[in-house]
Amino acid sequence: MSLKHDIEFALNGVRKRVAVDVTMTALDMLRDVVGLTGTKYGCGEGECGACTIRVDGQTVNACLMFAVACDGHDIVTIEGLAADPKADALREAFVEHGAVQCGFCTPGMVVQAAHILETNPNADAATIKRGLEGNLCRCTGYKKIVDAVESACCGGR
Amino acid sequence: MTTIERYAAPKSLDEALGILQQGEVTILAGGTDLMPQTRAGRIAFKPTLMNIRDVAGLSGVVLDGDALRIGALTTITEVLDDPLVKEFVPVLAEACDHFASDQIRNAGTIGGNINNASPAGDTLVPLIVLDAEVELASKPNGSVTTRCMPLAEYFTGPGRTRRAAGELLTAVRIPLPKPGHVARFYKFGTRPALDISTISIGIAGVMRDGALSDTRVAFGAVAPTPVRAKQTEAALEGRRLDQSTIEAAANAARDEVNPIDDVRATAWYRKELIHNMTKRMLDHVAQA
Ligand SMILES: Cc1cc2nc3c(=O)[nH]c(=O)nc-3n(C[C@H](O)[C@H](O)[C@H](O)COP(=O)(O)OP(=O)(O)OC[C@H]3O[C@@H](n4cnc5c(N)ncnc54)[C@H](O)[C@@H]3O)c2cc1C
Repeated sequence: MSLKHDIEFALNGVRKRVAVDVTMTALDMLRDVVGLTGTKYGCGEGECGACTIRVDGQTVNACLMFAVACDGHDIVTIEGLAADPKADALREAFVEHGAVQCGFCTPGMVVQAAHILETNPNADAATIKRGLEGNLCRCTGYKKIVDAVESACCGGR
Repeated sequence: MTTIERYAAPKSLDEALGILQQGEVTILAGGTDLMPQTRAGRIAFKPTLMNIRDVAGLSGVVLDGDALRIGALTTITEVLDDPLVKEFVPVLAEACDHFASDQIRNAGTIGGNINNASPAGDTLVPLIVLDAEVELASKPNGSVTTRCMPLAEYFTGPGRTRRAAGELLTAVRIPLPKPGHVARFYKFGTRPALDISTISIGIAGVMRDGALSDTRVAFGAVAPTPVRAKQTEAALEGRRLDQSTIEAAANAARDEVNPIDDVRATAWYRKELIHNMTKRMLDHVAQA
């Protein structure tokens, strides 16, 4: 039996208490222990960004984070953004620009895009591309995604 | 197999050093190296897993006398965005700008980059040419002691350093550059993001009357550790930085590195890159 540890943290604004294996990833904890499956497992090594979540406002790859390290921190997943009116424009822009095809990369893309727009409300296409470097999409060729994020910037322009 | 018997997440340095004193410990900072390495079985956990991410006072950049002190837990993003780093050692910010992706830069720490001791670690080469020192703390007899060591002497092999088991790296200290100081960094990868360096080059020195002094040259990913290039430095030190000096230095660089073939490049290609890019960087220094 491997060692378990109790952790408590804010998940999408709600207090959460769970027991996790100390070597478990934050991604496995979210998907298998908590049951929030919006955050995706893509590569498992920080290359694809499908598992992007926010920790204390910063985006990270949940597959590289130890679940125990969530203890005492503020975690936001795509489920949290789905309920956040501030992210409405971004979600609608993804739909409008056809930035979603198979949809597997979309949760990570949207979480990272929300982070880009929050840290840089006047982001231009180059800044958006730079910010999305850690998110892979095998369907869209990226153009529609960058267009969507750009149009959501400053509430659409 | 996991043999972890204890998990600890100390909130103070004192507490963390006490835990290090009690037995074999795996230190966890951002986890961006530790997670993939333990998953792949390349590294085994020690009986205690200690998460230092919540230790107070180990992150941030401050001016400390005639040095810039960067706390071990400062993330790559924080180094990249720091105004003191931009003002005094922009070459370090440049290296952080070529580092992985936003997500990795937000999680990965400078202390983790140093202690992972990869020959391709991107902050190591610029830190070495800036004469950085690591600050190591321990608590051998109940009271905290600190020692400093030049980063250039810290690495003993891939993943190996001179850190003693009871020590924690608390900060990296960079002496404030003198007037006329120039520093350049170059990373070669096949794409701009998420690429491990095929080779990297750092060059620094004080430029006066067209010549470099206090010359520092270091290379990444051409040896088991990042290395100072003493022959190349000697070919530059105090000489007018003209075409013949530059050519001699680039040749010295190619001759003194001894890289290997791997998935990223052949040894031959790495030597050519070292020669050509050292030359190009020195041309830019001469023209600036
Ligand atoms: C997809 C991907 C891309 C990457 N790209 C790059 C890149 O472009 N350039 C690059 O240089 N690196 C890259 N890395 C490697 C990694 O992100 C960096 O080395 C990072 O800085 C490690 O920091 P961390 O805090 O995550 O370290 P951790 O994984 O927490 O720790 C790394 C090692 O250092 C030890 N350690 C950590 N802190 C301390 C301390 N204070 N005292 C003593 N020991 C300590 C740990 O025990 C462990 O052995 C990449 C990694 C991934 C997964």
